[in-house]
Amino acid sequence: MSSKYLDHKGRPVIVVTGMGTLTSLGRGKKDNWDAVIAGKSGVKEITRFPTDGLNTRIAGTVDFMDTEEISAPEISYAMAEATAEEALAEAGFGSEGFPGPLYFAAPPVEMEWQHRFTLMDENKDAEPGYKQLLEAARAKRHIHMHLLVQIGGIAYRLAEKFDTKGLPISLSTACASGATSIQQGMEAIRRGDTEAALCVASDGSVTSEGLIRFSLLSALNTQNEEPQKASKPFSKDRSGFVMSEGSAALVLETLEHATNRGAKIQGVIRGVGEKADKFHRTRSSPDGIPVITAISRALDDAGLAGKPVDYINAHGTSTPENDRMEYNSLHSVFGDDISSIPISSNKSMIGHTLTAAGAVEAVFSFMTMQNGKIPPTINYDNPDPDIPLDVVPHVSRDAQVNTVLSNSFGFGGQNACLVFGSDVV
Amino acid sequence: MSMTKNNREVWITGIGLVSCFGEGAAHHWQVLGGDSTPIPIQEKELYAPYTVHPLPEMDWSKQIPRRGDQRQMENWQRLGTYTAGLALDDAGVKENDEMVSAMDLVVAAGGGERDIDSDRQILGEAINHKDRDKLLIERLPNDLRPTLFLAQLSNLLAGNISIVHKVTGSSRTYMGEENAGVTAIENAVARISAGQSTQALVGGAYNAERPDLLLIQELGHYLSQNSGEAIIKRLKQTQGGIVPGTASAFLVIEDADFARKRGAEPYAKISGVASDLGKRDPQKTIPRVASILEKTGADKKTIDGIISCASGVKDISELEMVFLAEKFGPQIPIRFLTSMFGNSIEGNFPSSIALAAMALKNNKFYPQFEQAEQPASGEPSSILVTSFGHRFGEGMALVEKT
Repeated sequence: MSSKYLDHKGRPVIVVTGMGTLTSLGRGKKDNWDAVIAGKSGVKEITRFPTDGLNTRIAGTVDFMDTEEISAPEISYAMAEATAEEALAEAGFGSEGFPGPLYFAAPPVEMEWQHRFTLMDENKDAEPGYKQLLEAARAKRHIHMHLLVQIGGIAYRLAEKFDTKGLPISLSTACASGATSIQQGMEAIRRGDTEAALCVASDGSVTSEGLIRFSLLSALNTQNEEPQKASKPFSKDRSGFVMSEGSAALVLETLEHATNRGAKIQGVIRGVGEKADKFHRTRSSPDGIPVITAISRALDDAGLAGKPVDYINAHGTSTPENDRMEYNSLHSVFGDDISSIPISSNKSMIGHTLTAAGAVEAVFSFMTMQNGKIPPTINYDNPDPDIPLDVVPHVSRDAQVNTVLSNSFGFGGQNACLVFGSDVV
Repeated sequence: MSMTKNNREVWITGIGLVSCFGEGAAHHWQVLGGDSTPIPIQEKELYAPYTVHPLPEMDWSKQIPRRGDQRQMENWQRLGTYTAGLALDDAGVKENDEMVSAMDLVVAAGGGERDIDSDRQILGEAINHKDRDKLLIERLPNDLRPTLFLAQLSNLLAGNISIVHKVTGSSRTYMGEENAGVTAIENAVARISAGQSTQALVGGAYNAERPDLLLIQELGHYLSQNSGEAIIKRLKQTQGGIVPGTASAFLVIEDADFARKRGAEPYAKISGVASDLGKRDPQKTIPRVASILEKTGADKKTIDGIISCASGVKDISELEMVFLAEKFGPQIPIRFLTSMFGNSIEGNFPSSIALAAMALKNNKFYPQFEQAEQPASGEPSSILVTSFGHRFGEGMALVEKT
């Protein structure tokens, strides 16, 4: 391979040639970009199910998908299909299929109450319980419901629809999943297993049970009165994340593959860093070492060790603990330079899209570089003095951005950081 | 698709195994590797008409010493975390901080546990309730335990392994039924083979004693009813179907050079892993699985035996048998792991690789797991492992003597 196609470590340069996204702000890259640049919020009162008496009654739901039923697998699939279609169209892949594997960051898919109720109603006279549901299942084959509750089901359907190659991969690293899907596409390309990878992440799991579970962990935002103002990363009065839905897709290719087929290059994926935490199921190590290590490894992988980046797309969930830990870790890596690096959290506007977050925020990061505009952190009315960062408050900012660090940290201690570039270096 | 290129040799140096037979690689070899057909433990009453292979008696404290950690999990995560500890012990790296903090963790996981009692109560109230959505938001905040949510998250098996055994080099969780196990092994092997990783803990676990999981399979009529017979007999006598089994397997696999330097002894090496997904009709499935076989490198070798994860679901399991007989001749000894352990879904493929590795190390293939299987003779040097998912996906691995 000619050296112009290799990176600083002699590996193939990996570029993005197509992207798609969909969030509570709308469908498609353009609508989403216009909204985040205008500082709009997609967080609203939940109407999908009753919320009377619940501590949290707001979310960034996606309510405009046309699905056969309102369930996590159906909404997640529909969103993933839409963003994959957008990304593949932009990259110029059509009906001939996609020449690489699918890495899908999969939401928690399981049987939902509506499915249990359907089965129960088919066997009304039996004593309530799983025996009753099993009898209903035995009496009649429910083959589509079976597909919906297969944890690999969304990826199987996407692989068939877009004719990706090989066994599709369903993965989870909780809230880092979106970043992990991109990481795994990078790894496969760097191994020489493939010249291209389709990385998709989707999460449409705002169900009553899903919301209540997060609520019981005391992680959710309860500022129901003004939904659009609830998510306030890095603010002193931040009080939890807003559960949200969304999806994103990115087409990754080697620079050589993209160049040879004349594809337009949207940006470069320069590096990735990962480190797992062993401290606690829902909390990060107090010393921040796993996150510091993940960030440092990503910068080193990108050839930027010891150098500042132009912009940081924060994990910035708006929980008291995450935002403080993220600041401390960034300060430890970048030193006092950190106060002059603009950093913003898309979650102030779209909430936390959970499984999809890392991929959605990757798309926004590339659009930041392409448009020379940094999306704001909205709702930053009450800065936390312990987190002295330039969070690009309230309004977007014009700036030339050539390098971006994007952070993703998951429940369960899985941390993945990505470094993006505007140009091949 | 992602064929494993054999740049670096990938050794299996540690095995953790739990099934209805008990725990540990040595114990399993003792039970399964003798001269007579082993008799698996089955539970036929509790979930009738379904048979399951149950969890053996466990003392969780042996691998999960802190009660607080045990309480944060349900049996699926306990089983996986426990078995991961067995594998680390077997590889001689348990509590070796330098080793485990750099070790990559790759887990095949399904969905976590439900509170069966609470589900039952809600169903009981819902039957005559006018507004079921409202009922849910009234009941769930009180009925759900916060710890249960953590026991439900797929990636929290990996999270618990990191917390209990301090394996933190990297952490990834794959999902997708039987294919999750294939992907986990394939990814860990590919990374070591390509020099992206030197040492990984990889495996999966499945708790079959859960009516909510039986329900998922029965939605598609994939469960075997009134028969826990071994695979070939089950297919002859009945409509076939899955007999679920509680089981877990974790492997420590590593770059051969890395293992040699630390003085580790290999069980065997993994020479190739491949997988694919496509439509399930014989016209397409046969060429697809032939291509998978070719990618593992196994079709050009003398294969001494096959360990199959066949689900027992009629069409696909019969197709697998026809395919293997055609490729390797009708005399090829095939051992259906699922006849012994039951179908442990995400745990299937890692368990089969473990069994292949144990046979290679002990220079002997397994006795017939049922009479209709072909007997084996001689010392095996190449074993093929196959996984044909009950509805989606196929994968294979070639495991060989080092």
